[in-house]
Amino acid sequence: MRFIVNFLRFWYDFIVGDDWMVAVGVVAALVVTALLARVGSAAWIIMPAAVAVVLTVSLWRAIQTSQ
Amino acid sequence: MSIAFLLLASFLASAVEFVEATTIVLAVGVTRSWRSALTGVAVATVALAVVVAALGPALTLIPISALRLVVGTLLLIFGLQWLRKAILRSSGYKSLHDEDAIYHREVAEAREAGTVVRAGMDWYAFTLSFKGVFLEGLEVAFIVLTFGSTFGSGARGIELAALGAAAALVLVAGVGVVVHAPLSRVPENTMKFAVGAMLTTFGTFWGAEGAGVHWPGSDAAILGVLAFVLAVSFGLVAFLRAQRSTAPVLVAEVAKSGTEED
Repeated sequence: MRFIVNFLRFWYDFIVGDDWMVAVGVVAALVVTALLARVGSAAWIIMPAAVAVVLTVSLWRAIQTSQ
Repeated sequence: MSIAFLLLASFLASAVEFVEATTIVLAVGVTRSWRSALTGVAVATVALAVVVAALGPALTLIPISALRLVVGTLLLIFGLQWLRKAILRSSGYKSLHDEDAIYHREVAEAREAGTVVRAGMDWYAFTLSFKGVFLEGLEVAFIVLTFGSTFGSGARGIELAALGAAAALVLVAGVGVVVHAPLSRVPENTMKFAVGAMLTTFGTFWGAEGAGVHWPGSDAAILGVLAFVLAVSFGLVAFLRAQRSTAPVLVAEVAKSGTEED
């Protein structure tokens, strides 16, 4: 049991890293992008915008946590 | 993506990880046992080769659009985490990665640890060395496989990305052997910044393509995305630097992050 927990924790730390919000933000942006791409809108704009928002929010969270 | 980008990205990402692994191996080798430390390096290298050999061909069998979606997602998550750390360091909210300090800490810990010698091996030295090389190398393997597999015809892309990583290994290990000291003069944060920007750019491009997007200008849009990512990142560094100069220094955070490995 402990091995499984450690194994899962390793992969969580490896992929998700310090801020889970980054992973959630990226996946959410890709879902919105896929939906918009289906209806033919200019879906390409979503991902660059998401990068700016996710990075800014993640930095803000890191600074808030440290204060 | 041009071959130069692929080689540069895998070279820089790998060099950052190899510098960290070299610091650990040097500290363990100098204080404990070179034989055990180098055995740990060899076993970790074999384990990594098995991971790459098992996953590499499997990745080339996955349809390219599905692969780009998954790889894009992972690269984007990795890239944003690297950029986040690099921006925090560039703006002074985190202390810069100090290989000298990490080396001295590893040396002190290695000296304090008890010695367990079985079958002629110092198992503390072996384990530390193995873990250092395997964990840092796993990140390199991940980058090589993901970058390489999305580069046109999979197998060739992986070979090129592996070439970039191998060049970084030869350079870093070679310098480590020659100077016999931690590689403290490597501009690690600048390299991390560059790699973070590249991973974020390709993650954004491939992730969106995998989700069904047609980029204006096709592959040339990569340069536009890269310019955007760099503009946002430099803008955030400038903003945070200005913010920090008007706010009290975050002593606790700086002290804490000074001991971080990555």
